[in-house]
This record gives sequence, C-alpha cells and structure tokens, in this order.
Amino acid sequence: MHAASDLLFRTLGDPTRRALFERLARAETLTVHALTERSGVSQPAVSKHLGVLRRAGLVEARPAGRETHYRARPQGLAPLLGWMERYAAFWEGRFDALEDLLKRMDQ
Amino acid sequence: MTDIAAEAALDTLVVERDLPHPPEKIWRALTNSALIADWLMPNDFAPEPGRKFAFRAQPMPQWDGVVDGEVLEVEPPVRLAYRWDTGADPASGLRTIVTFTLTPVAGGTRVRMEQAGFRPGQEFNLKGARFGWERMLGDLERVAGTLADGGPGQ
Repeated sequence: MHAASDLLFRTLGDPTRRALFERLARAETLTVHALTERSGVSQPAVSKHLGVLRRAGLVEARPAGRETHYRARPQGLAPLLGWMERYAAFWEGRFDALEDLLKRMDQ
Repeated sequence: MTDIAAEAALDTLVVERDLPHPPEKIWRALTNSALIADWLMPNDFAPEPGRKFAFRAQPMPQWDGVVDGEVLEVEPPVRLAYRWDTGADPASGLRTIVTFTLTPVAGGTRVRMEQAGFRPGQEFNLKGARFGWERMLGDLERVAGTLADGGPGQ
C-alpha cells in the first residue's frame, strides 16, 4: 500500500504529468495530439509522461485507428483516498447491486 | 438518481437514491440475511436490537475483510441503524454507525444511507498536504463515484 502511494506521489509529483492527468480526468478521452496542445511540451515528451502515468495505473490507452485514445483511470488513485472517499464509491456500487436485486425480487 | 453529500457534519457520508419499489420490499432487502448477502456482503445479520453480527468480504491490504456490526435501531419499514466497525485498533480502524432511512416518494421510495463517525485525516494525512492536491479534490470526489465496487479497501 505504501509502495503504491509512493509510486503515485512520484508520478503525480511532476507538474506536467499532474496537469495531463487532471485534463484526462475532466475529459472522456483525449488523443496525444489533443493533450499536446496547450501542454507547453513536445509530443514525444507528452507520450513519455503518458507512459509513466500508464505504468502507475492512472491512465489507460485504447488504440482507435491511427490514434491512441487515453483516458483517466480514477481507480488508480484509490491508495490515496481516505475512508470517506472509498466508502462513497463502495456505497454507490452497493446501491447499484441493491437496485439490481430489487428488480429480481417479488413484491 | 444519486446524491452524494457530506452534509451537516464532515464526519458523515450520505448516499441517497430514489428507487421505484415500495418501502416494505426495500426493507426486506435491507434486513433479510440472504438478501443482504446478495447486494452488500455475506453476513449473519438479524434485525434484532442488540444483535451482534459481522459482514465478511475478501481481505484486502489494510483491511481483513471483516466489518463488525451491532444492531442499534429497527423500525420497519422506516429506519434501520447498526454499528459498522473495522479493525481491532480504534486508532486505524473505523468506528461508524450506518443508518438507513426509507421515505415514500411519488413512484417509489427514497433510500438514504448515512454513515457517521469518520474521522478526517485518520488514514492518509498525505492527502492535501503535498503537490497541491486541493485543486484535484473536486475531481477526485467526482471520479470516486466511478471507482470499482469490489470493496472499500481497494
């Protein structure tokens, strides 16, 4: 757990990487091209940062045609979240399961 | 629809959802051991005040998978409250109270889950302290809702 949070802090400790992750967290998916615009760094540098984010489990990549689409993996942040954040996600999932059960139950 | 809010007190998590089912049916899902196992966790729950029980999930890092419970309040089909404790050590574990409240609304029932007793900063004091995390917290709150639902210890 501590190793996991150390890796996350090292990964997000870099301001460029953090900015890339924040942009992805706000968007659905973005390509390297879109991410390079307004980032102030070169495309190879963006690609390299995306690789680091990917290895930390914070970003996932999906090839679509010639481009690769990147998306944030919020669950990668789980080791940094406190109990309340974890439980918020937990109860959301359990409420989904409750709804599903109610559909299957007789009146 | 869902509304997550940490309202009233910072130590309380509230999750609320309107479900198209009558309160009596939802009450069964909240209080019948086999039904609880279907949507929440395996358990030996019984809706009797004072009853001690446990939820058991897969062990995870920093959590042995056990929630110790004690039934505090049973008012069918309106209000159910139980203790939700984790970990033998109160310094690192949770000492919370979960309360379900069912309110009839048009077309169904509003289910409100309150989990009270969180102590801020109990687990990771790092949060917010480094790297300008404050800026990200708004996003985190939003994305936390999309986390995998395998368990809170993930």
